[in-house]
Parts: sequence; structure tokens; C-alpha cells
Amino acid sequence: MPIHYEVTSVTLDEIKDLVSDRAITGETMLINMGPQHPSTHGVLRLLLEIDGETIISCLPDVGFLHTGIEKSMEGKTYQQVEVMTDRIDYLNTVGNNLAYCLAVEKLVELDVPPRAQTIRVILAELQRIASHLIWLATQALDLAAQSVFLYCFRERELILDIFELVSGQRMMTTYIRPGGLWRELPPEFEDAVRSFIGMFPKRIQMYEDLLTKNPLFVDRTKGIGVISGEEAVRWGMTGPSLRGSGIDYDIRKVSPYSGYEEYDFDVPLGEYGDVFSRYIIRIQEMRESVRIIQQGLDKLPGGPIRSDNRKFVPPPRSDLGTSMEALIHHFKLWTEGYNAPEGAVYLPVSSPRGELGVYLESDGGPKPYRVHWRTPSYGNLQAMPILAKGHLVADLIAIIGSIDIVLGDIDR
Amino acid sequence: MSDHIQQAAETIKKKFKAEVSMFRDQVTLQFDKVHILEVCQILRDDFSFGVLTDETVVDYWQRKEPRFQIVYQLHSREHDARIFLRTPVAEDDSSTLSVVPLYPNANWYEREIWDLFGIRFEGHPDLRRLLLPKGYEGHPLRKDVPIKVEETRFSFNYDDIDLGKPRAEE
Repeated sequence: MPIHYEVTSVTLDEIKDLVSDRAITGETMLINMGPQHPSTHGVLRLLLEIDGETIISCLPDVGFLHTGIEKSMEGKTYQQVEVMTDRIDYLNTVGNNLAYCLAVEKLVELDVPPRAQTIRVILAELQRIASHLIWLATQALDLAAQSVFLYCFRERELILDIFELVSGQRMMTTYIRPGGLWRELPPEFEDAVRSFIGMFPKRIQMYEDLLTKNPLFVDRTKGIGVISGEEAVRWGMTGPSLRGSGIDYDIRKVSPYSGYEEYDFDVPLGEYGDVFSRYIIRIQEMRESVRIIQQGLDKLPGGPIRSDNRKFVPPPRSDLGTSMEALIHHFKLWTEGYNAPEGAVYLPVSSPRGELGVYLESDGGPKPYRVHWRTPSYGNLQAMPILAKGHLVADLIAIIGSIDIVLGDIDR
Repeated sequence: MSDHIQQAAETIKKKFKAEVSMFRDQVTLQFDKVHILEVCQILRDDFSFGVLTDETVVDYWQRKEPRFQIVYQLHSREHDARIFLRTPVAEDDSSTLSVVPLYPNANWYEREIWDLFGIRFEGHPDLRRLLLPKGYEGHPLRKDVPIKVEETRFSFNYDDIDLGKPRAEE
């Protein structure tokens, strides 16, 4: 049955409480930015009330990328859902897998071997660098620094090559599985990552040389889009956008998962809460990620990469030919799935954008009864009208870039 | 359960007859929906639960009465504590109080809930649909809306499935 709805535009009547009185009389102008605008980083529509060039109010309109993924997840078994998690925040695919797997592991009480945990951390940090590179590339491009865009994509490609090496896929890896990992790392992995982190700090320096003291960049970012720490917390901002306002809050530090408590790293903090602070923080975070990856590689323990709890984790392929029990478990897990105990869990992880949480409720069956994704971009975008108020339309582009939103993450 | 959460749970339990339950170290308080604003006020001001991390709904269609449960998740940065609040909402009176006056970021969460589950929030400043287009009928994340799965097309049922596909109007 086709879905019936009429596509109608927003009337002034509906939003009259959200814009100033001057918009009603026609003194200020209401204009539409997006959803097909190159600097809105996806399909974001903003309804702007402007007085000349100054933004009086800004109303985000989201949902153009809504796929109903939470509903679809209710109809799949726990293993099948995982494939969809990559598609939510398409710049943080490994992080989404990790959040989902940790939630399932918390729900069914699975233990993960230390080797798998370390590999998870290495991959999650590589993903963080890749995501920050996309952010830096697009932010710089929006502010007319074209060469940084090309350099960032060049380095990101190296990370995607590493993902392809381990999982066979550049972006939608689905490599992390509940209970461990999909398969053992290829032997080339360590060299590939070591050569990347050996080269990368110099590249970060190069981006900084191009931007940090560049007057064209600094003038357009310093003092723009300021939010105080208190306001940012109240509006539910998380991640680098929150830390830019000087609030020390990182899930990796306060409630560590996957063994993050064993790594030595700093959480960079900003001072002024403007676009420039958020830029500096993300640059610093890339450096910290390199440190974490270095430590992870140095201590990478041996041992299994998957839990051997056969009620939840499928046996290795090689066992199927010789073990009757393995065959039974394999068949059972891939046809019916496993039953999770009744209850609800919430598990937050630190995605490149902030707090990514998975709320998973089980009714005791093989499919999740309700999955809800608490996504970081959603909270950050909600605070954007406060950041944008009183700035020029040209600065709005810098502000959208600085909160690093991914529309797939918001609309789900 | 840390002392801080224990204390908060005890207070709410005594004052509003809340049921306290625990699963995987997560504390959930369930109470009547009319108390939500008072409970949030106490938790926010006296127990430093200053952040509303998440707000969502679980639909227990044909499983539990009342049908919906709204799940609030509050977070205290000072104590790094999380607490879950659940308020049941009946189907025939599917509205509850908005927590926007206390937590401004509840705005979009509640708009999303209205959009996808059809629960109204009294006192919400701007209760429009958030994700779905204006004029859309129904609330698709309710459990009585089936998950549509397209059948695999073979030569014998190709035309049947083709007929059911949505088309742009002529």
C-alpha cells in the first residue's frame, strides 16, 4: 500500500512563536538554506530569519534522510541488526559496530578476550582519525581552503585501506561482532598501521601550518559561534563540541569501555567555546588517537579473538567439518539466533562526534524489542540555533561545520 | 548501586511510590506520569542530574497495560551516575507532561516521540513532526504498524509484486 501524505510547506502560522514579531510584519526576511546546499554537510534544511545579513533565528528542519532504521532493527535478529548499524553514522562505522556490540554483550553478559578488545580500540581510534579528517576537510573547504580538503582525503584513504585489509570493506566493515571480532587480523595489519601512525603526526603538523595561523581562517573562526560550557551541557551537547567550551567530559575517561582505562591519553579542552576552539580540539584529538593506537599496537596481546561462549558466538568455520556440536551451534545461531534475557540496557561510547548510546530492550526473544540510538549529532544540532544567533549568514557555514554533524546520524 | 543513586532512588520511592528495579547495574524508577516534572525537578536540583541524555518510548502493544512507557535517562556529570525513569502512558489518553521547562534539549526528543509514536506532550512549545513530513498520517514506530518486507521476486510472482509497488502519480 503506498503511503499517502501531502507535501506542504511550513506556514508562518505554525512557526510564529519561534520567530520574532518582526518576521510577521515582514520587517525581517525568512529564507531557506538547504536541503540541497553544499555546506550543510548532508541534507539539512535551515529556515533562517535574517535582518540584512544578520541571523535573528535559525530553525533546523531535519528528517530528509530518515530511514526508519530503528523500526527495521526490531524485525531482525541480533546478528542481522549489526549490519545496519554501520549505516547510521556513515563516518563512524566501526564506532557504531562497537557501540552495538558492547550493548549486546552487556545484555547477554558476554566476555570479550583481551586481544579483541585491543584491536577494537585500535580500529575505533583509526575511525576517529578518519572521521576528524572528513570534518577538517569539509570545514576547511567551507572556509575556502581547498588544498586541506585534498590532503585530508588523501590520508583518509590510507585508513580506509587498512579497514579494507582487515574486513574486506572500506566503509561498512561490520568487523566487530558481539563477543569479539569477525576474523583474525591479516599479517600485514601491524605494518600498515605502524607506517600510517609514523607518517601521520607530520601530516597533522602540515594541516596546522596551513590553517592555525592563517589569518583568513582565524578571522572566520575566532569568536564565532560561542557557547558557554553551562549552556552546552544544558542543551545536551557532547564530544569535541562540548569540550570546546571547556567541559571535561569524555566517555572514554569517565566510564571506560573496551579497556580504555589502560591507555595513557589526554582529553584536550578548549577555552572559549568558539569555532576555533573546536577546531583546535579535534586536531589535538587526532594526535591523542595516534598515541592510543601506538600503545595498542605495542601491547597487542595474543590469544583468541572471539569469546568461546557457543550460545552466543558462532564456532570457527574450520570446526564445522569435524565437530557435530559446532555444526549444531552454527545452524542454530544463523537460523534462529539467540535469545537475550528480558530487560533493557543502555551503553554509551565516545564517538568522534560525542556520546553515542545504544538503548536496547529485549523481550526474551531472538530479536530486539526496541532499539533506540542516542546519537551525538542530534544533541549538537539542537543547540545550533544558540550558536548561530546574531552572526552573519557567512559565519553560519563555519558554525555548521564546527559542530561536525552527520545527517544519517540525526535522522536515523 | 552507588550511594548517590541509592539516595536518589530512596527519596523518589518514598515520595512518589516509585518502583525501583535494577538490571545490569542500571537503576530504573517507575512511577505515575503525573509526577514526572516534580521527580525531574528533585533529581536535577538536589541530586545534580543536570543532563537529560535520552528520552524515548517503548510500545508494549498487546503485551502490557498501559501500552506505552516513556523512558527518560538522566545523567549526573558530577557523580558520573545514570538513572532511568519510566512513566507508563495509556493508549486512550496518550499524552503526558513535557519536561522541556526543566531540560531544554527534551524539545526534539519529544517532537520525535510525537512524530513516531503519537504521544502528545502538554506544555511543549513547538510540537510539530520532526522526522516525517508534515501531513504524514499515522505513527510508524508503533508496534501495530507492521514492518514491511518486500517478497523476493521470482518469475512466477514478478507481476504481483510489481503491482503493489508505489509509483509516482501520473
